[in-house]
Amino acid sequence: MSENGALPLRGKVLTVDTMNANVKKVDYAVRGPIVQRAVQIEKELKEGVKKPFEEVIKANIGDAHAMGQRPITFFRQVIALCTYPQLLDDNKFPEDAKNRARRILQSCGGNSIGAYTTSQGIDCVRHDVASYIQRRDGGIPSDPDNIYLTTGASDGIVTILKLLTAGEGRTRTGVMISIPQYPLYSASIAELGAVQINYYLNEEKCWSLDISELQRSLHAAREHCNPRVLCIINPGNPTGQVQSRQCIEDVIRFAAKENLFLMADEVYQDNVYAEGCEFHSFKKVLFEMGPEYSSKVELASFHSTSKCYMGECGFRGGYMEVINMDPEVKAQLTKLVSVRLCPPAPGQALMDLVVNSPQPGEPSYQTFMKERTAVLSALAEKAKLTEEILNTVPGISCNPVQGAMYSFPRITLPERAINEAKAKGQAPDMFYCMKLLEESGICLVPGSGFGQREGTYHFRMTILPPTDKLKIMLNKLKEFHQKFTQQYS
Amino acid sequence: MSFLKEISPLDERRNYNEVLDLSSGDLHRGGIKPITFVRQVLAACFYPALLEDDSLPLDVKQRAESLLRECDGGSIGSYTDSSGITKIKHCVSQFITRRDGGVPSSPDNIFIKSGSQTALMIMLKLLIHSKDSCQTGVLIPVPTYASFTLAVEEQGAAIIPYHLCEEQGWMLQVEELRKALHTGRKTCNPVALYICNPGNPTGHIQSRKSIEEVIRFAAEERLFILADEVYQSCVYGDDTEFYSYKKVLSEMGSTISSTVEMASFNSVSKGFMGECGLRGGYMELVNLDPAVKQYASRLFSTRSCPPVVGQIALDLMADPPKPGDPSYPTFSEEVQAIKNTICKNTGRIQEVFAELPGISCQPLKAGFFVFPCLHFSLKAIKWAKKRQMEPDMLYCLCLLEETGLHVRPGCEYGQRKDSHHIRLFVATQENIMEDALQRLKTFHTRFMKEFS
Repeated sequence: MSENGALPLRGKVLTVDTMNANVKKVDYAVRGPIVQRAVQIEKELKEGVKKPFEEVIKANIGDAHAMGQRPITFFRQVIALCTYPQLLDDNKFPEDAKNRARRILQSCGGNSIGAYTTSQGIDCVRHDVASYIQRRDGGIPSDPDNIYLTTGASDGIVTILKLLTAGEGRTRTGVMISIPQYPLYSASIAELGAVQINYYLNEEKCWSLDISELQRSLHAAREHCNPRVLCIINPGNPTGQVQSRQCIEDVIRFAAKENLFLMADEVYQDNVYAEGCEFHSFKKVLFEMGPEYSSKVELASFHSTSKCYMGECGFRGGYMEVINMDPEVKAQLTKLVSVRLCPPAPGQALMDLVVNSPQPGEPSYQTFMKERTAVLSALAEKAKLTEEILNTVPGISCNPVQGAMYSFPRITLPERAINEAKAKGQAPDMFYCMKLLEESGICLVPGSGFGQREGTYHFRMTILPPTDKLKIMLNKLKEFHQKFTQQYS
Repeated sequence: MSFLKEISPLDERRNYNEVLDLSSGDLHRGGIKPITFVRQVLAACFYPALLEDDSLPLDVKQRAESLLRECDGGSIGSYTDSSGITKIKHCVSQFITRRDGGVPSSPDNIFIKSGSQTALMIMLKLLIHSKDSCQTGVLIPVPTYASFTLAVEEQGAAIIPYHLCEEQGWMLQVEELRKALHTGRKTCNPVALYICNPGNPTGHIQSRKSIEEVIRFAAEERLFILADEVYQSCVYGDDTEFYSYKKVLSEMGSTISSTVEMASFNSVSKGFMGECGLRGGYMELVNLDPAVKQYASRLFSTRSCPPVVGQIALDLMADPPKPGDPSYPTFSEEVQAIKNTICKNTGRIQEVFAELPGISCQPLKAGFFVFPCLHFSLKAIKWAKKRQMEPDMLYCLCLLEETGLHVRPGCEYGQRKDSHHIRLFVATQENIMEDALQRLKTFHTRFMKEFS
């Protein structure tokens, strides 16, 4: 310190060089630069700047309510009752909603949804989740003690990855993830300093998973890291494929043989549309394969309130079920989750309603089923529509959207466009998507944000806009693609 | 019943009907009711059909409507911006400016997270190089609450403890900071200084002068300040005032105020809101390198967004009903009632402790807890040693078994060697506090007698 008390000029304590180096590698395309530009354009439109379109269509993120999907009435009623229990005296609310609310409130400290819950999650909710899983999986028992409520599925996924990441250099944990993948995985792997091991889904076969490809990627990875985890997203994001039962069995067999911890991301489990496709939970298949597998394979499956027919992303509700976890590790997991205190109580309450929805005979049942069916059938219709329209565009090829909420079509880009993109230092599909945004107001995420085979280009769009808007959007996309192709030929 | 036997088995007859849980800083669990205005707005946001209800006051409806307008699709089920809804960040920055007597606050420096704990963890993640050959060090007060210590360890940082001075009301002394830093530098690379003001579990509150000294210290020694101020609205001591680190920093001359890097934290879990389960918190970043801020934003985006209900609760905390608003009378009554309860409780605590041998307490100024010192005899310490347990842990276990009163032992927070404490939550209903104090009094008197 100099004589007059002033500090000598120095650099900052926290700079890009001194900060955690792993943070630099974190990328999350779903909310990346293209979305930032979209937000900017929205501002400009508000300010009256003239554009060739009147609104930005944000088909980049799996946010159903943002696109006009209505919440399920029953769920919102119960949560409102939990929040402001005076409403329990209001005869505008159905009795079954009130009963659910009372039950939830009874398990909350001070009967308030504002109290901390235990870090693993409200007891009665975990019990209800276990019952749901048991029912869903044809009676295979589920232990509430293996259920952890989480702040969205993302929280659970990152927590398990954290638990599994260890070692240095050649013994550093390797995490197998599909290409294409949901970029939470790549971002978390980068943040944790684990090693990402890519296995390619087969685009020609409707994005199916080949065991030979898993084998290939594992074998190559063993040269430079210690592969310990295999992540599967089923139904898939961004690809929408729904794995067949046979495929799931093969994956389980593979994980058992190669001693891999299975992470099954099943947040889209109700979003299955294609004929002949069915959701099979990894847990169910595992247990139906007999004790040779069910007593050995370590599995964590994830679910959330953000997708399916609920679309309640903002609640940050989710759970994970851990199977065959070493008890000492599980104790560490329990300790780990305690650090962030507890997941949001309203999200936990909502999860309870999802797994414990109105039953036949209950006052809210009919409305509930009507709403649920409307959402899921609209999605199925839009999935088909998207596939159909996109496949009429020369240069765009779209696999059937079997499930989830997205389509991930392949686009053929003219050589000149690819070169111009590269000259700009931009991924060619980012270049394409940026132009699409500027010219038509449609915001999509380039395939490079999810991963794809070298030399191929894609984009991910959600099927969430209302049907009419979706049709308009798809047709605009068609126009744009044809124009773009012509322009750069 | 003698203590000098094994801890009573579960099926033994108990002389209490229910457990009194004063172990965690949870207002609602302690029997305090949520603020009506807050719950009405939240309910209307969850279920907008309520906006047509005659029973809800006008200002509730207006607030709910204006907040829903900020949500995509008019639904709180939509994702928001990763750092929080823009309008709410504006509201928070205005709150900060008002609190700090006009010191400007930019919404661009406000990051809303799922509780202040999550925000703290993200800052730690940015600051800590878990792979470096030289471990990153973080200065942490002793005592401090356990989850934070765990968070630092989880990130792979070295903990550099600095002791608060119990005899001086748990004062933070810069000399102690200096000593701790000097020691820490031998084994790690200290980069951050964590302060909890008002303190948990100690309830101490820093004077303006103390804050200035700490800031100057951080400036000299090039430390990033993490100022955990979640108890800022729980101040009840006479002649006691909360000064925010930001305000003091801003008044220390441009060299310091434009260079010292800091993150301050606040939350809806404490104060009059007590909405721990909603997970609403924010951090304000001061003088952060813009390039780092960009990376931080990207990191936040992978967590998608903070729970919308927590964000709304923050808005209500930052911009509560004002005189003239229909909800104001009820609101101010409820807030005052909570303040009165805490004041009465702290008064009673000091009265009861004054009568008891072997327990002493620093003056209670702020926060949600009291952290009295237990003076164990050698006999008691030997007994605990025989059971391979910390004396205050064993004391708490016996207290729970014998009387049903649940409090936490000082060993969980850190304390000077051979000193023992317990931590009690003070913001509970008055009758619960009285019951708790009676149970404690009975148990403690017997315990002290038995081990004299």
